[in-house]
Amino acid sequence: MAIYLDHAATSPLTPEVLAAYVSALGVVGNPSSIHSQGQNAKRMLEEAREQVAASLGADSVEVTFTSGGTESINLAVKGLYWARNKSPALRPRVLIAAGEHHATVDAASWLGAFEGAIIEEVAIDEAGRIDLSALEAALADDVALVSILWANNEVGTIQPIADVVALAAAHGVPVHADAVAAYGYIPLDFHASGLAALSVSAHKIGGPTGTGALVLARSATVIPLIHGGNQQRGRSGTQDAAGAVAFGVAASAAVRDLAAHSVALQVLRDRLIAGVREAVPQAILRGDPVDRLPGNAHFTFAGCEGDSLLFLLDVAGFSVSTGSACQAGVPEASHVLLAMGLSEADARGALRMTLNHTTTTDEVDAFIAALPAVVSRATAAGYADRDVSRGA
Amino acid sequence: MSGGVDSAVAAARAVEAGHDVVGVHLALSRMPGTLRTGSRGCCTIEDSMDAQRAANIIGIPYYVWDFSERFKQDVVDDFVSEYSAGRTPNPCMRCNERIKFAALLEKAIALGFDAVATGHYANIVTDAGGNKQLHRAAAWAKDQSYVLGVLNTEQINHSMFPLGATPSKAEVRAEAAERGFSVASKPDSHDICFIPDGDTRGWLAERVGAEKGTILERDGSVVGTHEGAHAFTVGQRRGLSLGVPSPDGRPRFVLEVRPKDNTVVVGPKEALDIAEIAGIKISWAGLDPVQSGIVTDPSDPFECEVQIRAHADPVPAVARVVMVGESAELVVTPHVPLNGVAPGQTAVIYVGTRVLGQCTIDRTVSAVPVPAAAAH
Repeated sequence: MAIYLDHAATSPLTPEVLAAYVSALGVVGNPSSIHSQGQNAKRMLEEAREQVAASLGADSVEVTFTSGGTESINLAVKGLYWARNKSPALRPRVLIAAGEHHATVDAASWLGAFEGAIIEEVAIDEAGRIDLSALEAALADDVALVSILWANNEVGTIQPIADVVALAAAHGVPVHADAVAAYGYIPLDFHASGLAALSVSAHKIGGPTGTGALVLARSATVIPLIHGGNQQRGRSGTQDAAGAVAFGVAASAAVRDLAAHSVALQVLRDRLIAGVREAVPQAILRGDPVDRLPGNAHFTFAGCEGDSLLFLLDVAGFSVSTGSACQAGVPEASHVLLAMGLSEADARGALRMTLNHTTTTDEVDAFIAALPAVVSRATAAGYADRDVSRGA
Repeated sequence: MSGGVDSAVAAARAVEAGHDVVGVHLALSRMPGTLRTGSRGCCTIEDSMDAQRAANIIGIPYYVWDFSERFKQDVVDDFVSEYSAGRTPNPCMRCNERIKFAALLEKAIALGFDAVATGHYANIVTDAGGNKQLHRAAAWAKDQSYVLGVLNTEQINHSMFPLGATPSKAEVRAEAAERGFSVASKPDSHDICFIPDGDTRGWLAERVGAEKGTILERDGSVVGTHEGAHAFTVGQRRGLSLGVPSPDGRPRFVLEVRPKDNTVVVGPKEALDIAEIAGIKISWAGLDPVQSGIVTDPSDPFECEVQIRAHADPVPAVARVVMVGESAELVVTPHVPLNGVAPGQTAVIYVGTRVLGQCTIDRTVSAVPVPAAAAH
C-alpha cells in the first residue's frame, strides 16, 4: 500500500470526523429557516463555529465559514483592500511577503490589475523568513493591508507574526495571516496575535475539503466577494452545516491533541531529516531548521528534477510533493525557493515530505531506505529534458 | 499521450500486450490555451485532461512531463530560424527527432523504462538477423512513417507503434469508442501545434519581421515587389500581384525564396519540376544500405522511392551517397520530376514499405534549365 507523506496537500479524514460528517449530512434543514428543523441545523452549525473559534483563540462571531483556504484568503486580501479604499483610493499599497501561497499572490495581482492597487513584495531570507527591517521600511499610512503566511506551506518556515503585527500596528495597518499550513501543527491564538484576519482550511487538519474559515476581528471590515442573503459576516450563501460540523470536530481534535501531536510529529520529522541527510549526503534541507512546522521536511537534490524524484517515489509506493504550484500538472520551479535566493536549477530538484497523524516510524524508515536508489536514478536522468546540446 | 484518440488506443494495446505502461503527456507550451477549438492546436489543458481520463480508463498511472523549454529551443526557434534562412522545415519531424524520440526517450530510459510507445501509424519489423526496420503502416492513408524517417537505429530499437498494423483510422476510433474513451470522436490535429490559429504566415511575420523586397524572374529581371519573403513558399501561385505580365501570358509560380537578399524568384510552372535533389544530414533508420545488402559500396547508386512531404506520393528514384569533402550528400534523381521541392524539406528514402533513411534537402536542380541571362 502507498505510504502517504503529502499531508500538507490534504490530510485524511479522521474516523471521528468521518462519523460526525456522515451523520450531519443526514440532517434536514437550512440553518436560515425559521422552523424547528432549520433551528436544529442552525444549532449544529453554531456549535461547530464555536469549536472552530475556540481552536483559534477567537470568538464565534469572528468566524466566517467559507469554501476553503483560497476563498478565505481572497476575502481577506480583496475584502480588506476594498474596505480600506472606499473611493477615493487612499491606501493603494498592499504588502505581501515574497513566497506567499498563490492564493495570496494571485488575489493581490488581481487587485493590481483591476483595482489599481500597488503590490509590493517584502523580501524573505534564505530560510524563508520575512525581512522585518524591509517590512518596517515599506510600511506607511498608505498601506491597505499586509498579508503573510503564518507558516510557509512549502518549506515550513514559521514567520514572526507578532513582530509583523507590531510593526504594522504603528501605522494602523491591518494584517492578514494565511494560517492554512500552520493550523493543527502549532498553537494559533487569534486574539493574542493582534491580527485583523486569519485564514484556515478544514482538510489540512483531517476535516473535509470544501470547508474553511476566515477569522475576522470585530474591529476589521471586509467588503464581501459573494453577494446574496447575507447569511454570514462578509459572505452570502446557504451555509454548509454538515461541513461545518465535520470541521468543528476536526478543529476540536486538533487543539485537544496539539501538544502531544506536535511533539510526536517533530520526533518523526527529525528522524526523517536525519535519515535523509545520512542516506543522501548531497540533500540540502530548505526552510528554517528550527522554526519550522513539526510535520514538514523539505529538501533540494542538486542535479535532479523534482518531477523525476516524485515519479520514481510514486512508482516505489511513496506519495510526496515537489511542493510547488502546478499548471496542468506541470511542476514549475518553486517561486518560494527562488525568493529564498536559490537558482532555478537548484529549485527544480525540490521534494517536500509532510507528516501527520497517520504517519509511522516504519513509514519514515521505509522512505529513507528507498530514497538513495531513487536519487541516483533521478540524477542519471538529470536535466535530460533541458539539454539542448544534442547535435543534429 | 497527447489527449488524442491514437495515443489512447496505443496505450491500451501496449497494456494488453503485457507491457508495464505509464502514460506521459508532454507539456510543450508554458502558456497552454485552456480549451481547444475545432481541430487546431494541441497541448491545451483540455488535451491534458483528455489524456488523463484515457489513462484512468486503461488503469495506468499518468504524469505530465515538461519539455516546454527544449521544445521552444529545438522546435519553435528552429522553425523560425529555418524559415529566416529560406528553408521550409517540418516542425513535426523536428519534434520527433529532438523531443519525442530524444528528450522523452532519454529521460524515460534513465528513469527505468525500455521504450516509448506512440500512436503513430508505422510499423517496426524485425528482420531475420534480429535487426529492427521501420516500415509504412498498414493504413496507407494514415501512414506516418515519413515523419518518423528521422529516427536512427537506436531510437527505433526503443520505439513501439501499436497502431501500425491497423487497417484504418476508423477501426481505431471504433476501438476507442468500445473502450469507452471520451476522445473516440475527437477531431484529428492538423496544422502546426504551436500556431493555434493556423495562420503560419502571420505568426512568422511577427517573429521574422516583414520587409519589402523584390520579385525577380529567373533571368534577374524585376517583375514586382513583396511585403516580406518569408510569406512565400515554393510552388505558390496566388498572392504574387505582379505588375508585369509574363512574356507568354501564363501564370507564374514561386520557384525560390532567397531570404539573404529578401528576394523571391518566380517562373513558369514547369520550372518547378525538379530533376535532382541533394540532401545533407543523412540518417539511416536501422541498417544502412551496405549493411542491408542493397549496395556493396557506400557510393553505389540504388533504386528506391523518395517522398518529400508528409502527404506527397512516393516517387521512384535512384539515390547515391556522394562525399563532398568530409561530409556526405545524398543525391536523389527521381525517374519523373518532383514538384514543389524546397530546401529544408526532408526527403525520406523508401525501399518498398521500408524506411531506409532520410536527408534534409539542401539543393535542387530544376528540370528546366535557367535562361542564359540568369542573374546567379
